[in-house]
Amino acid sequence: MTDAAPALSLRGITKRFGNTVALDGADFDVRAGTLHALLGENGAGKTTLMRLAFGMLRADTGTLSVSGAVRQWSSSADAIAAGIGMVHQHFLLVGAMTVAENVSLGERGWLRSFDPRTAAARVRRIGAETGLMLDPEARVADLAVGAQQRLEIVKALARDARILILDEPTAVLTPTESQELYAWLRAFVARGRTVVLITHKVREALAIADDVTVLRRGRTILTGRAGNLNEHAVIDALVGAAEITDEQQPASNVDPVATVMSLENVSVADARGVPRLRNVSLDVRAGEIVGVAGVEGAGQHELLQLLAGRRAPDSGRVRAPEKIGFVPEDRLRDALIPEMTLVENLALKDAGVARGTTAWGAYAARAITTIRAHDVRASGAQAHAGSLSGGNQQKFVLGRELEGAPDALVVENPTRGLDIRAAAHILAELRSARAAGIAVVVYSSDLDEVLSIADRMVVCFDGRVTEVAVESGAIARALVGLS
Amino acid sequence: MSDSTFSSFLEAGVRTATPLAYAALGELVTERSGVINIGLEGAIIGGAFGALVFGGMGGATFGFAGAALSGLLIAAVFALFVVTLRTDQIITGTAISMLGLGLTGTLYRTMYGTQGASLHTPTIAPVAIPVLSAIPVIGPALFAQPLVTYVLYGLVPALAWWFYRSAGGLALRAVGEHPEAARGAGISPDRVRWAALLFGGAMGGISGGTLVLAQVGTFAEGMSAGRGFIAIAIVVLGRWTPLGVAGAALVFGAASALQTLAQTTGWAIPYQLPLAFPYLLTLALLASVRARTAAPAALGRRES
Amino acid sequence: MSFLWRAVKSPIGSSAIAALLAVGGVMFVVIAGGYDLGHAAAALWNGSVGDSYSFFTGTLMRATPLIIVGLSVSVAFRAGVLNIGADGQLLAGASGAVAVGLSAASWSPWIAVPAVLAAGMLAGAAWAAIAAILKHRFGVLEVISTLMLNFVALYTVSYLVHGPLEEPTRVFPQTSSIALSARLPVLLASQRLHLGFLLAIALAVAIWWVLRSTATGFRVRAVGASPSAAASAGRVNVGRVVFGAFLASGAIAGLGGAVQVAGVTYAMYEGSAGYGYTAIAVALLARLNPIGVIVAGVFFGALEAGGASMQRDAGVPAGFVAVIEALAILGVLAVDRARALALERSERALEGRSA
Repeated sequence: MTDAAPALSLRGITKRFGNTVALDGADFDVRAGTLHALLGENGAGKTTLMRLAFGMLRADTGTLSVSGAVRQWSSSADAIAAGIGMVHQHFLLVGAMTVAENVSLGERGWLRSFDPRTAAARVRRIGAETGLMLDPEARVADLAVGAQQRLEIVKALARDARILILDEPTAVLTPTESQELYAWLRAFVARGRTVVLITHKVREALAIADDVTVLRRGRTILTGRAGNLNEHAVIDALVGAAEITDEQQPASNVDPVATVMSLENVSVADARGVPRLRNVSLDVRAGEIVGVAGVEGAGQHELLQLLAGRRAPDSGRVRAPEKIGFVPEDRLRDALIPEMTLVENLALKDAGVARGTTAWGAYAARAITTIRAHDVRASGAQAHAGSLSGGNQQKFVLGRELEGAPDALVVENPTRGLDIRAAAHILAELRSARAAGIAVVVYSSDLDEVLSIADRMVVCFDGRVTEVAVESGAIARALVGLS
Repeated sequence: MSDSTFSSFLEAGVRTATPLAYAALGELVTERSGVINIGLEGAIIGGAFGALVFGGMGGATFGFAGAALSGLLIAAVFALFVVTLRTDQIITGTAISMLGLGLTGTLYRTMYGTQGASLHTPTIAPVAIPVLSAIPVIGPALFAQPLVTYVLYGLVPALAWWFYRSAGGLALRAVGEHPEAARGAGISPDRVRWAALLFGGAMGGISGGTLVLAQVGTFAEGMSAGRGFIAIAIVVLGRWTPLGVAGAALVFGAASALQTLAQTTGWAIPYQLPLAFPYLLTLALLASVRARTAAPAALGRRES
Repeated sequence: MSFLWRAVKSPIGSSAIAALLAVGGVMFVVIAGGYDLGHAAAALWNGSVGDSYSFFTGTLMRATPLIIVGLSVSVAFRAGVLNIGADGQLLAGASGAVAVGLSAASWSPWIAVPAVLAAGMLAGAAWAAIAAILKHRFGVLEVISTLMLNFVALYTVSYLVHGPLEEPTRVFPQTSSIALSARLPVLLASQRLHLGFLLAIALAVAIWWVLRSTATGFRVRAVGASPSAAASAGRVNVGRVVFGAFLASGAIAGLGGAVQVAGVTYAMYEGSAGYGYTAIAVALLARLNPIGVIVAGVFFGALEAGGASMQRDAGVPAGFVAVIEALAILGVLAVDRARALALERSERALEGRSA
């Protein structure tokens, strides 16, 4: 097999978005019949590279070949026809349509007939062959997350995908579901098919992949057999050896009596009446960082919104200070208004309670202070928030929320999409907030990140919140409901 | 009310519903791709004018072709802005309506002078279908209509089949619900929207053509008289399905016929009431959960 | 080129370019239509700004409702409310104004005029409230509901002028004229321009100040730009702001109807002049800026006044004005997109990196 042409090969790929170089001459070869892990930090270019392979984007330079033949895609349809399937991190499913309709979507021909029964039979046949069972008549919006992911894979298989690309497939799965998926992928590869797994989880990648490639800043840093690589070498490649900083944990400064925020027997349901938090109680004290962990949809989002006063409980009591900072996960949607200036974005903080006329001069002065104090790189206070880089946007948001000495700070996935330097800066800011006696609550989907700063840990599972030891084994068990 | 009054009421209802149904079925396809075309009014008046010009040159059939083409061209301007340039649908639609109304008015006066087009426009007469048109009451209403009405009888079920039983229909609905998912499946949402808008424009053009060639017999400035906006109401009332839209067009047609009936028979109710009724019905329906979930999820949203 | 680019980059510049494009397009059609361009241009000029009568009574009087209703549209759009029902709200306002104005014969003008205007605002707000409640309670797209309500308003006016409010002889489908005390005074001798124009200017300045300098105005802008950020970062009650802006927009459109009744027509007739739709063009050309609305409203008022004389003197059809208006909107949209494209590209770059 070693001399055969690679199933998928991308050579010398560059891709720019405006002034940003996403890919800078990246090379990527996938041997046929292997599971290949594509590793990289957020923003390393791994998703962009695979979107190019799948025809959703076009490279500026470089060549793409499939099984040795050089190809060019004008859209995903070409890639699909060539036997490539992709399961996106955010599922691309039409919720209002059935499983069978989603599987048949994208077939050519305006007037070509679509027979629901034939389509359903095909879904069942693929289910029987691969073990990926689905109800073809079910409405996709009603499916659980795990089933939706199965559907994404079935969609690709229905198009005879021989090369399957999965983008962070385990991000939304419980550890048990992840183990099942990995087992299935191994079996798929054993039948001679090829899998590319985009991930940032080094240990998992080394455990299940045949080959590993590491991207950093749009370049291929490392590629090789998983068996010949060790974890340290991969991590060095991932983040760049010089950039790993082992920061000393400063002693926390907890005042055990000063409970700043508390939840007492709080329950919350979503718009459809599904319980999100069940009878949750939690105390957060001044000068400590409480870390929160949970798989997607386990209730951590609602927990943080309650603590930050952005949502009212259906039952139970929430006690939170008047002055509280909140850094939501999606900063461009929930924290900033990109087309407004930094001054206006600062004033946004008071928008709900402000009365009378607005003192823009005072806000301008405060914005300048915030920009200086938190090292925000911007052309000035009148710069539009949308013109800043992601890291500087986040620094500004955090600075705004820390302004005026709040008693508490609630932070959701604060380093999402940031480069390592900006992420380190944000984490350092959280530590100094703790040192200043602020009660801090942080959720991060990156367990190592929360562990590195938390004094205490709580885990959300199925709407319940339990405190666990600050230790990865205990947390991993709690994440899946074992404690 | 005598049978013959009722029968002529039904006949008038179907006649009025015909141009509405064409426009609304076109708008239905457009909205299913996620775009509200408020500029449909412009396509209808464009179609009416096209029917006048082309009908005068080459007869009624040529007139309908010209009407469809004119409607399509106006919709193409809308598509260029909304789909390709990604401008706001509502604002662009308002502009296209104004453009259609203004342009046809200007061209009409320029080409035909102040005395207007004479009644040389060819028209198509109702064709009674033997046997079927002899059915009491509903026979004359449904089967003594011009050919364009009969085309609808075939078009509605064909469209219903196409929506739910063809790859193209699946693609259209997916684009209106979740354009990114459609793109991921190898469908180009832009191309689907262009096609849906051109189809909707052609149908709007035929709607205007029907007014000129099958009903009024000539062109008048602004003769579309808000039918483009009515079509949008019909699509809502028909809950975004072909059969529903056909039925809703009949409701609007019947309301208009009832108004005439109320005036001629001197009913005590104000004749504006039946005219306003379908809109009130649509508003009431909008407030119900079922209608809202029937709307395409991406309707009216601007893509980036 | 760099001058042009700078003009495109500034909002005022691009509006001006769009207006120029529209005028250029029109000149082309005039020539292509075989009309005498010089003759047509002279008629356009004379009819709009050529003498004091055409300027004050032609242009500014026509501009008055366009400015007021343009402000209504601007307020709604600024809050992210796509209220295209200004036409219906205007008709509701006119109905309310007429109803009060008819019974104001014995009142002092100091009471009658404010009462008529207040009735118009109230009726306009009430009409908008239907769509606002449907949006707030049931999540109904306001584009569709306001469109429906425009038709209902048309039929209601038709019913009123054929029924309860019809003039006593019952010959014409229109109302009687409102009481003299309820009419807006004219501003200049031998001109028909009335106090409503000054009201429109004052309203524009007031709205500009509210949006720029008050907490309420900032909430409206924030909610319009990003409801999610306003709710999350600013803890703004988005539903309430949207609802309030919707009602305010309806009240302003209703005021437009009342001002038309109290200043120009004195009575109500069947049908609509379509100000609600033209106002969308006015608001857009002004970039939803209240001060810009004055300029755009006067520009459109001049076009309509000049268009009328162009048809009268040079035989150029008046439908032309609608073509100019439409081209102006399309011009603004196209220029705006060109401007936004560069920005979008850099945004996408950020997304691409974080993906």
